[in-house]
Amino acid sequence: MAESANRPGDADPLPPLEDRRSFLGALLGLGSVFVGGLLSVPLIRFALFPLLRRTTELKSSPVGELTEFSSLTDPVLKTIQIEQVDGWRKTISEKAVYVTKDSHGQLRVLSSICPHLGCTVPWNKEKNEFICPCHGATFTPHGGRVSGPSRRGMDTLETTVQDGQLRVRFQYFRQLVSDKEVIG
Amino acid sequence: MHPNKTDPNVAPPARTGFRAWLNHRMGLDDLLRITLDEPIPGGACFAYIFGSGLLFIFISQVITGIFLALYYVPSADHAHTTVAYITKAVTAGSFLRSLHAYGASAMVVVLFLHLSQTYIYGSYKGRRELLWLSGCMLFGLVLAMAFTGYLLPWDQRAYFATAVGTNAVSEVPWIGESIKRMMRGGTEMGTLTISRFFVAHVFFVPALIFGLLASHIFLFRKVGAAGPVSEDPFHPKLKAEPFYPRQVLMDLSLTALLIAGLGLLCFFVPMKLGPPANPADAQYIPRPEWYYLPIFQWLKYWHGSAAIIGVLVIPTIIVAAILALPFLDRSVERRPWKRPIAMVAYAFVVFVLLGLGLRSQYLDRHDNSVAQQLAKQNNEEDEYARKPFEPELSAASLAAANVTLADPLAAKGKTIFEANSCNACHGDGGVGTAAAPALIGVTAKFSPDQVAELFKHPTAKMTAGGMPPIDLHPDDVKALIAYVESLK
Repeated sequence: MAESANRPGDADPLPPLEDRRSFLGALLGLGSVFVGGLLSVPLIRFALFPLLRRTTELKSSPVGELTEFSSLTDPVLKTIQIEQVDGWRKTISEKAVYVTKDSHGQLRVLSSICPHLGCTVPWNKEKNEFICPCHGATFTPHGGRVSGPSRRGMDTLETTVQDGQLRVRFQYFRQLVSDKEVIG
Repeated sequence: MHPNKTDPNVAPPARTGFRAWLNHRMGLDDLLRITLDEPIPGGACFAYIFGSGLLFIFISQVITGIFLALYYVPSADHAHTTVAYITKAVTAGSFLRSLHAYGASAMVVVLFLHLSQTYIYGSYKGRRELLWLSGCMLFGLVLAMAFTGYLLPWDQRAYFATAVGTNAVSEVPWIGESIKRMMRGGTEMGTLTISRFFVAHVFFVPALIFGLLASHIFLFRKVGAAGPVSEDPFHPKLKAEPFYPRQVLMDLSLTALLIAGLGLLCFFVPMKLGPPANPADAQYIPRPEWYYLPIFQWLKYWHGSAAIIGVLVIPTIIVAAILALPFLDRSVERRPWKRPIAMVAYAFVVFVLLGLGLRSQYLDRHDNSVAQQLAKQNNEEDEYARKPFEPELSAASLAAANVTLADPLAAKGKTIFEANSCNACHGDGGVGTAAAPALIGVTAKFSPDQVAELFKHPTAKMTAGGMPPIDLHPDDVKALIAYVESLK
């Protein structure tokens, strides 16, 4: 501080810094840390919002009334609308699913995406099988694996019943593996 | 006894441990010494607190601005949705946005006080020309930040205020129209305008502010604090007091006041976000933020051939006079009561600014139709604020929805496309998969007849890829082609 100390009018040299780093200094330091901490609370909450709340969400989609499927014999193709919330935007897309019954007569919803390489699998009424047009994978009416390159049966989707309505939560699964594994 | 007491040029005894190591590497103690021992001629005073208050708000603006950018998207499509998301959905989002928006107003207020203190105390005198100039430029940049930031939420208020603001620029003769187009990124306000304002607000102007702020502080320390009005601007004679502790405490009191004031304001009266900008709204009455009201009102008085005087000549003279002040006023007299011309000029400017602002308010209140429309706009803002956040529908979903709604033939084609498992290989919506190419844009390359022919007789390459010939009723083929044509 040679510059300031030599200035005219600055008659007395400044007392050494150490002498003034006192209780007041400590108090100011603590106060600043406290206020700074307080001010950073909204910032942290703002930045950690995706940790505290869901920012992406796949809503369940209606498939149809339960009564519609009561006398179901063959798998039936249904187009569902999926609403996918991604932060501040949402995407509504259509996906094809099959409503079928398992061996106990319970309703089951299958993804129409082939677990082999992702082609849409059509239902073949004559052969009473699902037959993938791309590489010939075949599946039972319940979606179980019969033959072909697919390493697992067709993927069952999570269903719920709400007010007499069958709802399904559509998901994508990894292809070419033997275990059902959710993607994304 | 400490060696500093006798010879200030001798460094204090070396510390030991981590602190000594840190100081050896960074010179932290020296930096602290230079900062805290800044000599203030005549002692600490509450009149000198505005500079550090400004620095505090600026830092707050930088931090809140960076955090807001976590969710904000600068595009005409998404800007309003993302700000609505910040305000209505994100935790503490409304508070942070309010802090940033009210911070801009606080900045203008404290900046005005800082400038007034400098002017009234004659603190621009005595080798302080560059300090004054850098301060003036910083003032301009802060106003530029306020102007560019105002548009970014892209609500009605923001859109129309900026439309008026950029229109005013076009009143400048010869080059006005070009400047307006440059600012807007075209003749109309649009998504390019948002990009430009965003880049100015977030990169360009802040970079200039950082640079000028550094030089402002450097120049300030170089020439030294001016002290009270009785102090000689060139050769300080009064006994100096170091910045720490009394001036630090005084400065901190303003900071504490700002924190408390802004915090309470943002918590209890959060900044409003209006409905999204609707350029087709022909009834909307734009009003700028309060600190731009005087200029807004001023511009109303100048039209036609006289515009050049009001828009260019007078403002240029005023700005030039302000910039040249330390060069024109060379006297060392700093006491306000001995500088009547300077004080009258100051009072006149403040009076005119205040008068113009109040006049604008008065006219709005006393014109029934305007007052009604402004009240209506206010209600619309409140109404919008009460609605819960609604996510934006992505473009992909709209395309899918439009097909089913708009063209029944294409809708029929879609059913055929899916029933025949075309989507198995070509993907949903014809986007293409590993098995087969995308169908989007195919109809641009081939005429409908050619496409129909390819359906019936696929080429050798298509057959090799697994494409079967399609045997459908001609009407169904037509529908299928209509669907393929609709794909985007």
